[in-house]
Amino acid sequence: AAAARVHEGATPSPGRSRPAVVKIHPVVVASIVDSYERRNEGASRVIGTLLGTIDKHSVEVTNCFSVPHNESEDEVAVDMEFAKNMYELHRKVSPSEVIIGWYATGYDITEHSVLIHEYYSREAQNPIHLTVDTALQSGKMSVRAYLSAPMGVPGKTVGVMFTPLSVKYVYYDTECIGIELLQKTRTSPSRTNGLTSDLTQVAGSAAQTQEMLSTVLAYIEDVLAGKVTADNSVGRYLMDLVDKVPMIPAEDFETMLNSNINDLLMVTYLTNLTQTQIALNEKLVIM
Amino acid sequence: MLAQHSTVSLVRPCFLSGSQVVLKIIKHYQEEGQGSEVVQGVLLGLVVEDRLEITNCFPFPQHTEEDADFDEVQYQMEMMRSLRHVNIDHLHVGWYQSTFYGSFVSRALLDSQFSYQHAIEESVVLIYDPIKTAQGSLSLKAYRLTPKLMEICKEKDFSAEGLKKAAVGYENMFEEVPIVIKNSHLISVLLWELEEKSTVPSKHELLSLSSSSHLEKSLQMLMDRVDDMSQDIVKFNTFSRNTSKQQQQKHQYIQRRQQENTQRQSRGEPPLPEEDISKMFKPPQPPPRMDTLLIAGQINTYCQTVKEFTSQNLGKLFMAEALQGHNS
Repeated sequence: AAAARVHEGATPSPGRSRPAVVKIHPVVVASIVDSYERRNEGASRVIGTLLGTIDKHSVEVTNCFSVPHNESEDEVAVDMEFAKNMYELHRKVSPSEVIIGWYATGYDITEHSVLIHEYYSREAQNPIHLTVDTALQSGKMSVRAYLSAPMGVPGKTVGVMFTPLSVKYVYYDTECIGIELLQKTRTSPSRTNGLTSDLTQVAGSAAQTQEMLSTVLAYIEDVLAGKVTADNSVGRYLMDLVDKVPMIPAEDFETMLNSNINDLLMVTYLTNLTQTQIALNEKLVIM
Repeated sequence: MLAQHSTVSLVRPCFLSGSQVVLKIIKHYQEEGQGSEVVQGVLLGLVVEDRLEITNCFPFPQHTEEDADFDEVQYQMEMMRSLRHVNIDHLHVGWYQSTFYGSFVSRALLDSQFSYQHAIEESVVLIYDPIKTAQGSLSLKAYRLTPKLMEICKEKDFSAEGLKKAAVGYENMFEEVPIVIKNSHLISVLLWELEEKSTVPSKHELLSLSSSSHLEKSLQMLMDRVDDMSQDIVKFNTFSRNTSKQQQQKHQYIQRRQQENTQRQSRGEPPLPEEDISKMFKPPQPPPRMDTLLIAGQINTYCQTVKEFTSQNLGKLFMAEALQGHNS
């Protein structure tokens, strides 16, 4: 598996010390939201299968697909054939992904969920149930994961309890960068964003760094003016920050800088030369 | 071969609705395309007036020799049928491919894109460059064949005269279509949630100063292409030399014939029969022009990418200088 970056996402951890953690890639949640937006008329929620990989202590969800289903007051019907077919198709592309559970949009877990969960228990051991609150009932789009555990008095009424698991968002490096770009659509009024190029990107990154530096500077000013109490750990970070800029004697730096610039200029010159060359060649040959 | 920046704005942009297309493509390459393998997939969406909207995509499995009986068409049909059940647009509006250091101009790409564009005029091919993306900024470009190139492909006339008639140079083979990402409100909520939940330290890959390995690789590929190009040029030179030699030979033959005929006439003998000259001197085959065009196009793409890269790096170097100058 490629190097994944794990970021802390806090959701209420269960009372018992279950080591299980669910790591979700953002592509999964984005697909779920998209399926929700395309749901049939009258359907209040969509369900689907989760694909991913399992290792000893955690489950990593990397893909998903929605499954058509019908839900009414007293019964629920899930197109199992469809689910099987889709899984086979997906397996052709990524043979390492297995069914690890299922998802449903909405905030609550209903009785129908229990039935659907049972079906998925046949497909996978200990399936995960993921809820994505697309209707924003809880005020924000909370993503929660559950494992089912049997409860009740053995021999008499036995029920199923869903115990929550902690959810973490995991990104590949490239996913990080993709998400960063997508975040920009939040701020534009039409929710759109074009892909920028070259120097605008470097300028953007530099502007970001500048912003961060000014925040740090403002904090330092406050501390110096006595408005905020100094925090030693922050102070240590600041020392590290300042130390990171290497102290190179001026001439060495000059030589390094110049040789790098020369390399880049030479490459630019060569590429321009090549482009002129092929343009010439074109003219000569077509003649 | 890429339309210059001034004309890009005249081309109508294509819209990516929702974030799942971008994320799926990234994931597909990340998981299945290690090394320099190319991953491909199909783009689904709809055409609204003359605007292309891409709403979803699905990947194609890798071509391995073991599954020789794997039926691509069947896979596609099944996938689309299934997706239709869940209300996902099932119109093939294009395809995507990952690229290695920017090398994607090939005959295969041309043929595939032509068949797509033949069916749907606005279809595009999305080229995803994972290496450039890992360096800090999402590199996703959409291309379409220019109408002139479409005509040529339709006629299948790839000879030199055909190309000259349509005035297709390597510069106007493909036109770049600007991409606009459109997110619905729900996705914005999701993005907000993601940002809150995962304190991603925004990666500053973009500001990293190390450039030599990337430059080396790009230049290596460029050199290979230029070698191909020079071979092609040699072929063309031999061809033109052969043609001119042949012309000369023809001339000489005709002259000799005439001489002989006059001699014979003077001696009172019947002239030699006129022979069909063209059958005797078969003109040499002109080398195919399409490959040269493709190679030139590819070289151009490499040059463009390298130039972008160097301009970015120059900017970064000057920033580093300013930073250092401050301190010392």
